[in-house]
Amino acid sequence: MSKFQPLTFYDRNGGAGRGAGKPSYELMPFRFTELDPQRFVLSNQAGEYLVLPKKDLYDFAEHRLDATTEAYLDLRSHQFLIDAHTNVAKELLAIKVRTRYERVANFTGLHIFVVTLRCEHSCPYCQVSRQSEDSSAFDMTSEQADAAIDLALRSPSKAIKIEFQGGEPLLNFPLIRYIVAETKRKAQGSRELGFVIATNLAIVTDEVLEFCREEGVCISTSLDGPQDLHNKNRPRTGRDSYQRAISGIKRARDAIGKENVSALMTTTEASLGHVKEIIDEYLALDFKGIFLRPLSPYGFAIKTKSYRAYSVDRWLEFYKEGLDYVIELNRKGIAFREFYASMVLKKMLTFEDPGYVDLMSPAGVALGAIVYNYDGAVFASDEARMLAEMGDDKFRLGHVLENTYEEIFLNETLLEALEASFSYSVPMCTDCAFEPYCGADPVQHWGLQKDFVGRKTESEFCARNMAIFKHLIKLMESDAGIKRLFTTWAQ
Amino acid sequence: MLKLRGRTVALRKSFQEPRLLIITYRADIPERLRANFAFLTDSELPSSEGFAAVLVRGAVSDAQLDASGATDVYRLGDEYHYLDEGDIVRLNPAQDTLGALFRVRSPNNTILLTEQCNHYCLMCSQPPRAVDDFWIMEEVLELIRLIPPGTPSLGFSGGEPTLYGDRFVRLVRHVKNHLPHTHVDILTNGRAFKDQGFADALGDVRHPSLLLGIPLYSDDPVRHDFVVQSSGAFDETVRGILNLRRANVGVELRIVIHRETLPRLVQTCRFIARNLLFVRHVALMGLEITGFTRANLDQLWIDPVEYRDTLSEAAAVLTDYGINTSIYNHQLCLVNPDVYPIYKKSISDWKNEFLDECESCERKADCGGFFSSSVQYRHSTNIRPMHKVLSA
Repeated sequence: MSKFQPLTFYDRNGGAGRGAGKPSYELMPFRFTELDPQRFVLSNQAGEYLVLPKKDLYDFAEHRLDATTEAYLDLRSHQFLIDAHTNVAKELLAIKVRTRYERVANFTGLHIFVVTLRCEHSCPYCQVSRQSEDSSAFDMTSEQADAAIDLALRSPSKAIKIEFQGGEPLLNFPLIRYIVAETKRKAQGSRELGFVIATNLAIVTDEVLEFCREEGVCISTSLDGPQDLHNKNRPRTGRDSYQRAISGIKRARDAIGKENVSALMTTTEASLGHVKEIIDEYLALDFKGIFLRPLSPYGFAIKTKSYRAYSVDRWLEFYKEGLDYVIELNRKGIAFREFYASMVLKKMLTFEDPGYVDLMSPAGVALGAIVYNYDGAVFASDEARMLAEMGDDKFRLGHVLENTYEEIFLNETLLEALEASFSYSVPMCTDCAFEPYCGADPVQHWGLQKDFVGRKTESEFCARNMAIFKHLIKLMESDAGIKRLFTTWAQ
Repeated sequence: MLKLRGRTVALRKSFQEPRLLIITYRADIPERLRANFAFLTDSELPSSEGFAAVLVRGAVSDAQLDASGATDVYRLGDEYHYLDEGDIVRLNPAQDTLGALFRVRSPNNTILLTEQCNHYCLMCSQPPRAVDDFWIMEEVLELIRLIPPGTPSLGFSGGEPTLYGDRFVRLVRHVKNHLPHTHVDILTNGRAFKDQGFADALGDVRHPSLLLGIPLYSDDPVRHDFVVQSSGAFDETVRGILNLRRANVGVELRIVIHRETLPRLVQTCRFIARNLLFVRHVALMGLEITGFTRANLDQLWIDPVEYRDTLSEAAAVLTDYGINTSIYNHQLCLVNPDVYPIYKKSISDWKNEFLDECESCERKADCGGFFSSSVQYRHSTNIRPMHKVLSA
């Protein structure tokens, strides 16, 4: 007889279908959602998922899954069950869950300074901007900026990013200069500081670019697609928004380096059906990816009916076509990413959180990003100030000159919204396999349904994200090449 | 293959107890220093008083021996041709044996700490023995004192070194004190570190360049336990790895690929990427046909050509997650080109060989070749000379 024992020797006392046939495994917390009529997605507490046939799920849940099946081995190694052979799953899950929520302790990292509401564009979908020469009415003052900087530096976060928004922030460039200098002076090297100007680049000057180069300021611009589409979406005097953006991107790249210039697109009704041309535009400009974004349902977007002009289904069609095209590009050897998918995939395939404000739970409002508006008002998020422009200042947390850091961040509405919307404990979300990938968006749900939690069955946020989660998982399950590609996007 | 341990013929013998000695060809070193040295010579025998031993390769006459003043003289066979200035040997007069413990020119110096082990792996290359051999530690501590401080790296293996308990931690501290600039690899099954206190004790040494090589053979606990022939091993090893992470001790995972680890190899790599992403390195290793592997060869052997796609897939999972990954102990003509970037020539110099058909291979210089044991007992039947690819 061999002095070595066979595999079956070590498999005694585990699972169902062994020995007396008494099932002997314990379920770990998990959630499941139907992927299609045959298959279910199961996710564990740390957000790892498995796709199983319905029958395996039922057998598993009813403690009768045979321990020798692949499904059993996969469930055990993904911490869905523990048995006589292993219980290290609890420790592994604890570490991963803790890592996933680590950012919460860092508190607010992104501080948005709306240095002016004025803009020389008049985009119909824009939520907030003003056509005005009157700087006193719509510009932030240096006194307000001082107070906002002090608030930003109260954040315990080691990395503080300051983003200048508008309007067109370059219309108040002197204040940008002032804020960068003052923040650096007050931080005295104690923080990792980052600065970004969100600008349409139409009025960018060499002086601005020189400043960006010297001070290490990045540029984020808007590019909605090819010339016709871009200029239609983004009208300005001279109808030359596109030309100015393109030339601005080139000049900015020359001045501060390619990696420090990024672009964002907004999907309008006119964009639908043109996703390939939009992606081609980004490719032609040598961007390494695109963020296929839906319109947010606020401000002028709602007033002008731009938002309602397309449904979730039409946007999803647009999104999926775009994603297919991006995958096809990669198959041809052209490395290019879709950034929304990348962020979701990071949640699905790693235990890190990408820190994307809309997909955070606890919600990203105030915890992820906070807005200091042109008039000194402090808002819980960019969406919150847009909601305020529509007359609902529910998420106005205070004022930089009137309220302390504690008053602003311990604002009752904020705390209530954060607690109520925590998706782990929200009705329907708590049972959803995709909860680990999703976020609480109390501002959007408040805006549309006057409720922090919202009715998920009527929530476009839920419908849109649920569809994307399922789509991404189906793609990975159907094609190993796509799973590899997506794994690299997740890093 | 180099023969590291073998027999000697005693020509003069005054001491009986084993000694660690440094090899030198220089007869003219000061007498005060000679007590730690073995003077190695071909046939000339100058005055060699004071040397702990004289090792001669050729023939010497009694007259020469008398004239030299040497008290302990041994004749070495041709198999010791590799011995070089500064090498450290263990001379055991009682048994007329000599072993090379440290070779200055070798990048693969590995020091065996014990033959005892709490695993009984199907493919163990160094089958464990249930003997009390903890005396080895004292000799190892002495060996460390003799090794030159410029040595780039040093390995320790067993058996299971952590069976020494606190003495293991003291060894690592000793190595740090004597060889502060030497990188140290230690092979262990990691189970002892399930005790956080033990992991912390090792972490407290603050060794500047320490890596523990720990085997993880499957994401399936039962399969891992089976491969190492020990129930409960998987959980203890995983806990150990987590505790070492907390103690800030570097860990490398080692997976030996054979018929019993192959069925879950890709899943195992995925498990590592999702749970143990912090490891410094993962080595995907071919089988060495020695020790227990020979006893279990039919159960374990699979021609690497049959699993080349699985190997590529497993490696891709790790590298896609940014994990530093290497493929060890494989022949270049048996792996897919996509893994060339992580392919390593890993087989220790003293047991590394090639086949006759490799002579015409244009990529032999890039290939890690075979274990001597593979050449002797079992290797792929699909070895083919390769052609140089002209780069575009």
